[in-house]
Amino acid sequence: MKPQVDTIYGWLDAVKDPEVPVLSVTDLGIVRKVEWEDDRLIVTITPTYSGCPAMDVIAMEIRMVLLEKNIPNHEIRRQLSPAWTTDWMSQKGKDELKAYGIAPPTHSQSVCTPEAFQEEEAIQCPRCNSYHTSLISRFGSTACKALYKCEECREPFDYFKCH
Amino acid sequence: MNDLIQYTLHLADNALILGHRNSEWTGHGPILEQDIALSNISLDLIGQARMLYQYAASLSGNGATEDSLAYLRTEREFLNCLLVEQPNGHWGNTIMRQFIFSAFQYGYYRELKSKKDVTLSAIAEKSLKEVTYHLQWSSEWVIRLGDGTEESHLRMQDALELVWPLVPELFRPEPYETRLAEAGVAVEPDKIETPVREKLTAVLTEASLSIPEDSGVWSGRSGKSGIHSEHLGYILSEMQYLQRAYPGCTW
Repeated sequence: MKPQVDTIYGWLDAVKDPEVPVLSVTDLGIVRKVEWEDDRLIVTITPTYSGCPAMDVIAMEIRMVLLEKNIPNHEIRRQLSPAWTTDWMSQKGKDELKAYGIAPPTHSQSVCTPEAFQEEEAIQCPRCNSYHTSLISRFGSTACKALYKCEECREPFDYFKCH
Repeated sequence: MNDLIQYTLHLADNALILGHRNSEWTGHGPILEQDIALSNISLDLIGQARMLYQYAASLSGNGATEDSLAYLRTEREFLNCLLVEQPNGHWGNTIMRQFIFSAFQYGYYRELKSKKDVTLSAIAEKSLKEVTYHLQWSSEWVIRLGDGTEESHLRMQDALELVWPLVPELFRPEPYETRLAEAGVAVEPDKIETPVREKLTAVLTEASLSIPEDSGVWSGRSGKSGIHSEHLGYILSEMQYLQRAYPGCTW
């Protein structure tokens, strides 16, 4: 008997982003589709950033879960368009990021323009909740994060930047 | 070789060679945050190159892979523009090269994402979001240094004059681009020249740099047709060393 698609989504929720281990691939919004084509299970994923080295690991981990659940007949497809956006991140994912110490992405794409020195929307410190924060660097420890510091509690923190 | 393969390789080579050049800074950046920034930009560019090489490999068949296309072609087979292969020089040279290329790539991908080839337009749509950050970051550095101290201003002016003669090449179409543009697949680079130059002028002016005059002379020899400066050979000999020395090696 073929497991229901919802059940499979539940399994995939156990696959975490290796760089941000509190975030599952479903919370991250990179699993675009899970469907059966006859007896073959197709999982369609989309990359976050073109060069993100975590993608290969994620695809392999999805494969491992499916093998563990006894679904050897599966295929992992990659789809580029529509391009991934942080707007696809679930609320649960955002809450977990914050609890982990990473400021979750703000809404909307409006702040992502090529203009120099534009003001970002105020980013909330994940530790003390102050909005009195400032950007240190737009590029952080991974492609998806920027580096901020809190002017209240003085802690530096990662911001999962809006994309 | 058909036009679409050649065109896809041209786009891929631009991204790979600049990505490789920038990666030479990894571990050598002036401060940690900027070392990380430039390494991130390299990662984006090399990621874009991989998607493009994978597509080119699927079009060419004959056992071609993303790796064989990156590691086993010679200089004359590489179709990147001359700008991206220029040496890193000092930090200001690298920033200037990145800024000009990002402004070009931003204008370019914005057009490419609505062209007819589904794969190329999807790669452009995806990459455009990353290039937006590159352009923002490099613009800020051009302004900060150009309008900074007397010393940084002089160095940025020199950096600009060094690469400015390579700008016209970006907008001169090769025959394969023209034919594909007529089919609705490729961007006509001359069509984006005006908006890209406006962006360059705006940022360079804000950086208090004077834009050199165009000589108006272009030899017509172009990296996009496989005729390169001496620098590309050195890049390839380093980048391809492992595959040449240990053919088929994987890790």
